[in-house]
Amino acid sequence: MRKLLLMLFILLLTSTAWASVYDYPFINGYEATVLGTPSLYRAALPEKIPSKMMELTVFAERKIPGVFWYQNKFRYSFSSQKGEAPLIFVIAGTGASFYSAKMRVLQKAFYQAGFHVICLSSPTYFNFIVTASKSGVPGNLIEDSRDLYRVMQLAWEQVKDKIKVSEFYLTGYSLGAAQAAFVAKLDEDRRRFNFRKVLMINPPVSLYNSVKILDGMLEDNIPGGLDHFYEFWEEMMRRLSETYKLMGYIEFTENFLYDVYRKKGPPSEEFLAALIGISFRISSENMVFAADVMSNAGFIVPKNRVLSATDPLTDYVKVAARTSFEDYFDGLFYPYFASQHPGISKEALIESMSLKSIELYLQRARKIGLVTNEDDIILAPGELDYLVKVFGARAKIYPNGGHCGNIAEKNNINYIVGFFRNERGAGQ
Amino acid sequence: MLMVLLVGFLGYGCASTPVQKEPEIPPKRPVSEFVKKGVKYPIDAYDPWEGMNRRIYIFNALFDQYVFLPIVRGYEFITPDFTQKGVSNFYNNVHEITTLINSLLQFKMQKFGITLSRILLNTTIGAAGLLDVSTALEIRKQNEDFGQTLGFYGMGPGPYLVLPVFGPSSLRDAGGLAVDVVSYSYITGAVMDEADLNWQIQLGVTVLDAIDTRHQQSFRYYATGTPFEYELIRMLYLRKREFEVEH
Repeated sequence: MRKLLLMLFILLLTSTAWASVYDYPFINGYEATVLGTPSLYRAALPEKIPSKMMELTVFAERKIPGVFWYQNKFRYSFSSQKGEAPLIFVIAGTGASFYSAKMRVLQKAFYQAGFHVICLSSPTYFNFIVTASKSGVPGNLIEDSRDLYRVMQLAWEQVKDKIKVSEFYLTGYSLGAAQAAFVAKLDEDRRRFNFRKVLMINPPVSLYNSVKILDGMLEDNIPGGLDHFYEFWEEMMRRLSETYKLMGYIEFTENFLYDVYRKKGPPSEEFLAALIGISFRISSENMVFAADVMSNAGFIVPKNRVLSATDPLTDYVKVAARTSFEDYFDGLFYPYFASQHPGISKEALIESMSLKSIELYLQRARKIGLVTNEDDIILAPGELDYLVKVFGARAKIYPNGGHCGNIAEKNNINYIVGFFRNERGAGQ
Repeated sequence: MLMVLLVGFLGYGCASTPVQKEPEIPPKRPVSEFVKKGVKYPIDAYDPWEGMNRRIYIFNALFDQYVFLPIVRGYEFITPDFTQKGVSNFYNNVHEITTLINSLLQFKMQKFGITLSRILLNTTIGAAGLLDVSTALEIRKQNEDFGQTLGFYGMGPGPYLVLPVFGPSSLRDAGGLAVDVVSYSYITGAVMDEADLNWQIQLGVTVLDAIDTRHQQSFRYYATGTPFEYELIRMLYLRKREFEVEH
């Protein structure tokens, strides 16, 4: 009997130990960011959940330019529970939609946990800029959070008769995490939701620092500079061909990438950084062009030119692809906000786009928690320490995972969901 | 219905030409300065019929939204998931005839062998193709068509072409598609005649084929999140085909 008890005890102990050990395979931040989470390490989530794509009009009087004729409505997704449950808003990262791969992971996790879920595209996402950004010039945390707060209220108006809500939660990853903090602060004044808990997942500290790091990844890692991007592209195609010969097939999934990784070994850090840089530049190309058209800024498209649905845009792609965030900041963003707030300096504007500008609030708001990784590549030197200092026990820091690479990892999903479920408050 | 949409749309394209009010001012980052001669761009493509292509692209998006997808959603609503899967497996199995023929035309005997064993396995053990046992056994699906066969024998893609309903193509691939459709219809038609199926059933089989094809395709127009979707799809299509011809 004692032996049996002992065995049972050991079994219980080991199984809980298993469950609580963070188990994520990539120890290099670049690898994690690109390769994500292979299925062996992923949280068990339902294949399919009930989810509806919803549409609404934010600005009734807004005339959508002909070239963007198909962006006529603001779109978001909504998953509801049968009975009373908390409603969580989830905000996507830079350039990502409500339906991005990471958003679907979070959506399924929260739905599985029994929450109503509303997923919102990033204010830097094309559809958001055209339909829901008041200025049409995204990137300003304060303004973007007001835009978010507006669509959250409209979405809530649209669904509130269909569901029973016990309380409101808020989260976001990457840029969406920083916006979540600003939205939470705005809500302290406006009190429409009274968010009970807010979780920031892999936020930047200073937006400006982070985008400069990402811009640099592209510009510093294309051999010969951006004028030679075509050669780099050809090299990527050659590697794809090699991979096909090695594997016998190609599949664009995290599992396939992991299989290739195990067969071929890790790619060089420069190559991975370049890939991250390209991915970020594509997001920013879309954002810059949309912002330029919507605000008629005369940045890439001639001022007052009215583009139609069938105008060729290839030349604009090329210019946008050569436009860094710094170029956008200097040539469109700063001039716009300087015209709105005469006398504002560049430094002051940059400062306002940082968590540091709401530091006191973040320190005091016990309901706000943070999850990030020691090797998150978007953090500048010292910024991780800063987060630890501000959030203290409310910060959950994993040793590895890169930038959102571990977002689907079992223990991380448990932590993220548990943060909201836990009644004792943040950091417990 | 299709013609009404098409005609209506082509007219819309002209009617919506905007009236210029304020004079244009050159931008801060003009094309003339930032697009350099002699620099190559992956986004470039031989697209001499771009105006027409863009109109057809928009037509396809509207056709998808108002005709094709509602039908597909209706189909998905009334049939259980496992039936949908069986239907997809069935048509995929039959469509591998195209890969079989074109592997042979290029003397790609490995692909021919893989495809032949897939068809045999799926048709027998896989209950007339309703189950894809081959993929479960990691005998992966191959892909060859007449466009690739033409490419294999040295024909370039020619101008980019957006086909109504079918979507992105090239002059070469459109010709290849026509050949594949004719030979496929000939073979499947002969089989169905042999089985004494009347024309209504034969038509039904073809319509369900089209619905299933769209059901299997996850692409949604204007969901890529980029204002440059036409350019992006064009680049990806042409690259993909280049890759497929090479392998």
